[in-house]
Amino acid sequence: MILRALFQIGLLLLLPPFLLGVVNRVKAIVAGRKGPPLLQLYSDLRKLLSKGAVYSRTTTWVFRAGPAIGLAAVATAGTMLPVAGQPAVFSFAGDFVLFAYLLALARFVTALAALDTGSSFEGMGAAREVSFASMAEPALFLVLVVMARATGSLSLSGMLGPALAPAWRAAAPALLLSAIALFVVALAENSRIPVDDPNTHLELTMIHEVMVLDHSGPDLAFILYGASLKFFLFGALFVRLVADVGTSGFWAAEAAFVVELVGFAILVGVVESFMARLRLTRVPQMLVGASVLSVFALVLLLR
Amino acid sequence: MIVFVILVPFVLGASAFAWPDNRTRPALLVVGAALHAVGIASLWIHPEGPVMHGYLFLDAAGKVVVTTSSILFLASALYAQGYLRHRSDRDNRVFVGGLLIMLAAMTTVGMAQHLGVLWVAIEITTLATAPLIYFNHNARSLEAAWKYLLVSSLGIALALLGTFFLALSGAGPDGPRSLLLEDLIRAGPQLSRPWVRAAFVFLLVGYGTKMGLAPLHSWKHDAYGEAPGLLGALLAGGITNFAFLSVVRVLQVTSAAGEGAFARDALLGLGLLSMALAAVFMAGQRDFKRMLAYSSVEHMGILAVALGLGGAAVTGAFYHVLNNGLSKGVMFLAAGNIHRAYGSKRTDQVRCAARRLPVSGSLFLAGFLAVTGTPPFSPFWSEFMILNGAIGTGRPVVAGLFLLFLAVIFIGMGATVLHVVQGSDDGAPGNPGFKDGWLTAGPPLVLMLAVLALGLWLPSPLMGLFSAAARLVTGT
Amino acid sequence: MGAWTDMAFILVVVLDLFLLASSRLGAAIRAVALQGALLSLLALLLTSSGHSPGHMLVVAGGAFLIKAILIPWLMFRAIREMAIRREMEPLVGYVPSMILGGVGVVLSFAFSRGLPLPTHEMHPFLVPTALATVWTGLLLVVSRRKAVTQVLGFLVLENGVFVFGLLLTDFMPVMVEAGVLLDLLAAVFVMGIVMFQINREFASLDTDALSSLKD
Repeated sequence: MILRALFQIGLLLLLPPFLLGVVNRVKAIVAGRKGPPLLQLYSDLRKLLSKGAVYSRTTTWVFRAGPAIGLAAVATAGTMLPVAGQPAVFSFAGDFVLFAYLLALARFVTALAALDTGSSFEGMGAAREVSFASMAEPALFLVLVVMARATGSLSLSGMLGPALAPAWRAAAPALLLSAIALFVVALAENSRIPVDDPNTHLELTMIHEVMVLDHSGPDLAFILYGASLKFFLFGALFVRLVADVGTSGFWAAEAAFVVELVGFAILVGVVESFMARLRLTRVPQMLVGASVLSVFALVLLLR
Repeated sequence: MIVFVILVPFVLGASAFAWPDNRTRPALLVVGAALHAVGIASLWIHPEGPVMHGYLFLDAAGKVVVTTSSILFLASALYAQGYLRHRSDRDNRVFVGGLLIMLAAMTTVGMAQHLGVLWVAIEITTLATAPLIYFNHNARSLEAAWKYLLVSSLGIALALLGTFFLALSGAGPDGPRSLLLEDLIRAGPQLSRPWVRAAFVFLLVGYGTKMGLAPLHSWKHDAYGEAPGLLGALLAGGITNFAFLSVVRVLQVTSAAGEGAFARDALLGLGLLSMALAAVFMAGQRDFKRMLAYSSVEHMGILAVALGLGGAAVTGAFYHVLNNGLSKGVMFLAAGNIHRAYGSKRTDQVRCAARRLPVSGSLFLAGFLAVTGTPPFSPFWSEFMILNGAIGTGRPVVAGLFLLFLAVIFIGMGATVLHVVQGSDDGAPGNPGFKDGWLTAGPPLVLMLAVLALGLWLPSPLMGLFSAAARLVTGT
Repeated sequence: MGAWTDMAFILVVVLDLFLLASSRLGAAIRAVALQGALLSLLALLLTSSGHSPGHMLVVAGGAFLIKAILIPWLMFRAIREMAIRREMEPLVGYVPSMILGGVGVVLSFAFSRGLPLPTHEMHPFLVPTALATVWTGLLLVVSRRKAVTQVLGFLVLENGVFVFGLLLTDFMPVMVEAGVLLDLLAAVFVMGIVMFQINREFASLDTDALSSLKD
């Protein structure tokens, strides 16, 4: 039991950078490039951690605390997410609210750190990030509420646990709609392409990346790692919702889960390769669309 | 004979599209109108029972509306001879054909005892009139036609949904499963009441759009403003009356199902709103044709109020249908003549119409007095009956508002009309050579005399007909 | 079988929401065409022992021909001749209209729960889908400026009415359904002619150009 819990925590902590490597590799292959190694992010993190950080004189402790709190919040959220249908480390009724708000806290401190630099450029990024987040959040909550209603459970472990399979049999259309909405939210929350482009720098169009321009060394490592962790969390949520393979054995389930996560990363890579970034004015439309889809899903369930 | 009065205009309308000669084609209008009037007259003398499995039957309510429009159409057809001679530059194929098909469809509405047939006929009137509004082929008439088509189509689609609701309300195990009025009314309390209520809302919105009740009137002032005068007469005095008849049909069913109080309250509200809105927009209106459109909104409001009041007011409503049809004919035909003589319908350019067009100008003034309910013209009596009904049913507030709106409208409309008719000719645009003729000034004159005569003496068979029509609605 | 019917109804509503969000006319016309095809599929899926199969086949086939092929083809021809591709500035923005659409969906589901059907229920989603589609159509007509989009809204409205009409197919005469399809065709036909005339007069299908008549 202890071994299994340790394995799950290990998976949560170690796998995320690899998933981003997969996304980048898929994008490179589609574009006809060779692309960075799959494990590139691990090397980047190691390099950044061994460096010192540079702080502007205008910044305060808020700027320094941002990355650490952000990473801690995302990691704590991760402990509430069940991996491969097994109960999570922490689980209680209503934990999905805390889950969503821990993610929101991470975003809040990142935005605060960006504002603390006093740079108008970063302030703009923070403004954009927060205004889009304010539209992604209702969608995320609605998806979670749909899942709670469908499975009759108020904790993430229950929602994504054994009750999911019968819920699919009873309310497939509603869950399908909310899965689509969740995918859109996942793309937006992780600053992926139709919403934001993680590869641009110094472009007036970017949102998330602009906020972290002033961070360096270990702080930047925390931020990059936190981002990959968040990607992992949404991936885990999504694959569990749409692809409940229902394998009985623990190790078989874990293996299937890892394969599914890689599949999710490939899917995101393909979407990024074949879609153009939306104009900023179209982003709210997409997010509101996701919310409306989830509302519709909820209505179908409540009938 | 029932089939005859529908088929004759239809066949003539179809042949108008094939008629080769532009100059003689308008004669088809007179032939169609005369045959229609003869047919209706014979139905007065020898009433007929239901035909076509009960789908068509001329009951009292239908008789009032069909007779009114038959007279109005005959007058308009004669007027059209003179009008189209002045507009000989235009191809009148669509105009003549469309008018005749409109007559056929209107007659069908008047006789339909099946709500599906009623709906189809209302739809055909819309399709037939939209191209007619575009008769002048300019940007403004195009805009008016587009608005008319779009708004009416929306109304009609909603009315169809309402019709479906009504069909569904009678689909229960012991329901009639029919859209024949007779079946629905007989089934009455067995209908599913929530669905009847929903159906009434949709049908009122749908046919109310066609009537031009506020706030669903947005097509009206443009369509009436841009359409030729005689089409305005037929829209305001014909088609809107038929839309009113459709609402009456729906109310018959709704009352039988026990939702009458709800329906009457809705009608009362929309009616008063229409009158209020007409009063507001009538004041300071600088286009006398658009002013007439608001007057039509007002009169549809009066009809809705009367229907909403119930009781004695409903008799007044049917009397008012006749008066509205005839006096709207006078106003629009006279306005069309004035428009022709000045080449403008703006009140800052049109002055002293009484001197330039002695007959039409005077008719415009007399018509104004009639439509605003001044004695001794007949609309005074019908509006008086409605007011009486309001007081009789213990609705002093409604009666007060009714009087207030009528007074405001009288003042607002009077200012515009007097401006057009009187004053000096200075600064008015030159006359392009239009004079009152037998064919253009005669028909409105005859209609005006009819309005006056009906105001002085109402034959008792007519009064009996109005009461019979009202009994269909009130059930007593 | 049941799951397919569910999905078809849900897809009809999702297409409503898509139409409210879509700014490309081509995509919107395709969505309306797809909705038409779904309606004819629904007519077949809902055929039960109470129906005469031949009649339902005619209704479904007619709906498919007219709603999924003929009218979209006419609309595509219209936008090609007019060389317009986008609805640029709707009167009501895309986000508000999507939210209004969502509100409409919620209300129509709530409303249809409060209205028990007097007859046997053909499918629990039928009435709410019909109402939501009618609402979407109305919303499109009043919130868009281009004549083409307004006509699309009218088509969506008619689609909603058609869905509701399916409820009556087992006891209403054929005439009414035939009337629906025929009138739809006639309405669009006339509207199309008017649209071509609008084009000739203004070189654009923007009904904002049609605003010289004001009070």
